[in-house]
Amino acid sequence: MRRRHFLAAGALLPPLLSSGARVVSAAPPAEPITQTLIDAANKEGKVTYYTAMDLSVAEPMAKAFEAKFPDIKVAVERSGAERIFNRIGQEMASKIYRVDVVNGSDAAHFISWKREGWLAPYLSKDMAENLPADMVDPDGLYCTQRIHLSTIAYNSKLLSPADAPKGFKDLLDPKYSGKMVKGHPGYSGTIMTATQQIARELGWSYFEKLAKQKVLQVQSATEPPKRISAGERAVAVDGSDYLFWIAKEKGLPIEIVHAIEGTPQISNPMGVFKSAPNPNAARLMVSWIMSPEGQQFLVDLSGQYPANKLVKPKPGRPLLSQIKTFREDPATVERQADEIKKQYAKYFKV
Amino acid sequence: MTGRRLDLSLPVLAGVVVLLAAMVALPVGWLFVYAFSDKQGHPTLGNFVTLFTDSSFVDPLITTLTMSVSVSVICCLVAAPLGWLASRTDMPLRRTLRTLVMASLVTPPFVGAIAWEMLAAPNSGLLNQIWRYVTGSDDPLLDIYSLEGLIFVMACYTFPYVFILVANALDRMPGELEDASSMLGAGTWATARRVTIPLALPVLLAGALIAFLQVLNQFGAPAILAIPAGFHTLTTKIWSLFQFPPKSELASAVSLPLLLLTVALLRLQSVALGRRGYAVLGGKYGAPRVIRLGILRIPAAILAMLVLSLPLFLPYAALLNTALSPISSEFVTPATATLQNIRFTFLELSSTMPALKNTFILAVSAATLGGLLAMLIAYIVARHAIPGHRLLAFLATSPLAIPGIVLGVGLFLSYSQTLYGTLWILLIAFITIELPASYQQLNSAFHAVHPELEEAGRMLGASRLRTLWDITAPLLRTAAIATWCFIFVAVIRELSAAAILFTSETKVLSVLIFDLKESGDVGAIAVISLTMVVLTAIAITAANRFGTRREASRLLVRS
Repeated sequence: MRRRHFLAAGALLPPLLSSGARVVSAAPPAEPITQTLIDAANKEGKVTYYTAMDLSVAEPMAKAFEAKFPDIKVAVERSGAERIFNRIGQEMASKIYRVDVVNGSDAAHFISWKREGWLAPYLSKDMAENLPADMVDPDGLYCTQRIHLSTIAYNSKLLSPADAPKGFKDLLDPKYSGKMVKGHPGYSGTIMTATQQIARELGWSYFEKLAKQKVLQVQSATEPPKRISAGERAVAVDGSDYLFWIAKEKGLPIEIVHAIEGTPQISNPMGVFKSAPNPNAARLMVSWIMSPEGQQFLVDLSGQYPANKLVKPKPGRPLLSQIKTFREDPATVERQADEIKKQYAKYFKV
Repeated sequence: MTGRRLDLSLPVLAGVVVLLAAMVALPVGWLFVYAFSDKQGHPTLGNFVTLFTDSSFVDPLITTLTMSVSVSVICCLVAAPLGWLASRTDMPLRRTLRTLVMASLVTPPFVGAIAWEMLAAPNSGLLNQIWRYVTGSDDPLLDIYSLEGLIFVMACYTFPYVFILVANALDRMPGELEDASSMLGAGTWATARRVTIPLALPVLLAGALIAFLQVLNQFGAPAILAIPAGFHTLTTKIWSLFQFPPKSELASAVSLPLLLLTVALLRLQSVALGRRGYAVLGGKYGAPRVIRLGILRIPAAILAMLVLSLPLFLPYAALLNTALSPISSEFVTPATATLQNIRFTFLELSSTMPALKNTFILAVSAATLGGLLAMLIAYIVARHAIPGHRLLAFLATSPLAIPGIVLGVGLFLSYSQTLYGTLWILLIAFITIELPASYQQLNSAFHAVHPELEEAGRMLGASRLRTLWDITAPLLRTAAIATWCFIFVAVIRELSAAAILFTSETKVLSVLIFDLKESGDVGAIAVISLTMVVLTAIAITAANRFGTRREASRLLVRS
């Protein structure tokens, strides 16, 4: 207990320190996509993209990039953000340099990669000019690629709207026992980020009670949408909202609930690794994803909230400003990740 | 005598010993070192204190033991009557039964577990949907997300080991003893009860131990079902400790009890199998008697096929259904059937082709190099070609005692700065895991070739290698090809060591399935699983063409 307090007190220091460090390494100048960059990228001929985005979005996006730059082949390495973090850590420790571009749903990871000095500074034209300032790392090491939410959702064929939960506390009602599915913070960055926010707002006792509701535990935040679509459970405690929406728009009986307490918001940063084996293709890909064209592709396909101000959110989806969201706090997630996993495992047994 | 100077014995022995040490002794050595060290590398017993006091370690231990005991018992109860039906009765389809058991044996347990999710997830499971439709009940018939569910799935893919042991033993059991019994007036059933069953009991015990070991060390099925069911087994716990930064000390400490338990059980098994000797003492025996089932023939065959529907027909039907349907929980009809999953898997999913290529490269090279290594060692041991051959025999069979996931951890500790990230480390893992089975297979094949033939060659002036090439090798062709094919198959279905040792560019099919499971992409999983099965079926067909089925089944039992 005493030790945790000490850590909490110390936690106030890093933001100050890192803001001090900014003076030393300023952001690089913004770079437009030049023919020189395209030529160099073509010469590399490939790029490896580690991402936590669902394959149904990530692979088509890769294909769209390949269509635009036919000489570059994209290898998509998809996994939960927490597993991507493990994988990259393990690969770097063994001096295996595979990752070119990384994109995850746990913004905390970018803080630790930055501290390790693993990220390369890069500012595309859009990153410099068309992104809100708070979405770009001051040193130009990463930027927010898109934003999504972790929402509650339910299958309206299995649960009438009248019986549907309005918020997190409703889920503790015995009538939902055995009817819920939920992602795991040890695998999914979305769930890790959401768990920290929910625990902060509602307390860990909330999870302690939720764990007694016979919740079906899956790993990635991309799985609960698939499970309630298949009718395996009626209610998803959490999950990537864009997949709930895609299922609903496909005509499946899925309804999305923005909890009255608030909805966890998840920024998805993206960065280029310093050790990237294909540094030019990596920069070209980041530049394209952040361009209005790349962002529009993501919005059209998935309806996630774009980072580029020139691109409008998908019509028919609620605006981010209309939803009560929880405040994101990646710095705390970064410090508490191990503690969060441990606490979670204590209640949910896995 | 000039040949003496050219004798390669010593270099060969040294080479093989060094190789085996690098593959087996070093990884296990590091496991011990790490298990007894703290994070800073100071010696400590702290890891074991954690292991036996922290409930997040004690619970998986208890779960694993419960699971192992239950599966062993179930396997014996199912496999013994089934093996007896196949070997000793006039039941129709008994040949088919043996083939089908082999087919369930080569089905990777993690694929079986995923298929059983499709069948018996409490709400979306196809069988539960049928149950609800037929009975109108709200409650599911089956819940695969439970300890019972996991035990069931593991039993489905473990009972073939016991079946093959029992059936083979009954095939070999002398008919005279049973004849004697009936001549002395005992009826068919009394003979079975008082002669056949007691003779088969040691084999059954050995089978139970094999089943126990399989379950103890299996990673595939628990990795799929344990997390949704809300518990860990020892192997999934080891895997979960292998996140970054890897808690190698704890992972090693958890691995050691698994390793020691395996060694102890193998000793026990050799004692049990050693007793088998009294059943087949000397002389030639008549063929075993066939028991006429009479009116029970057809019901027995139906029962056997029903049992086989659990590991085979139902899961494969579910995989096919998922592969072709837009939503895994819906029964596919000609109107809803789609090629979307197949298109996604082969045209969009960028990991499919690299994983297919890696799997193929690894399977071919592990089968070739592993087969050659096993053959070299088997030759040296069988012919006592080099002093110290006993050491080789020991080293070649010792990986039997190392669970795949434990070997994966050990190899990672040994080679994280060198081979990790290349296909080499996976190749070493696969060759090591399959070495005991391939060695034993080839060793018995060498014993079947009389040394006189080789001696004749040597006397006529041929070198040892030349004799081996011209005389021994052709005689061993069948065994060698069968060994090749079965290493090939075993590599395709290996998950436990691969799950620890892969990196993004060295992904294999089994790991790809495992990754896709994390995000619940069951459509792609179904397509890839069926692809694996096709690859496996091709190899098995080849093995059946070149080698006898008996050899093949014995090989797999030991793996």
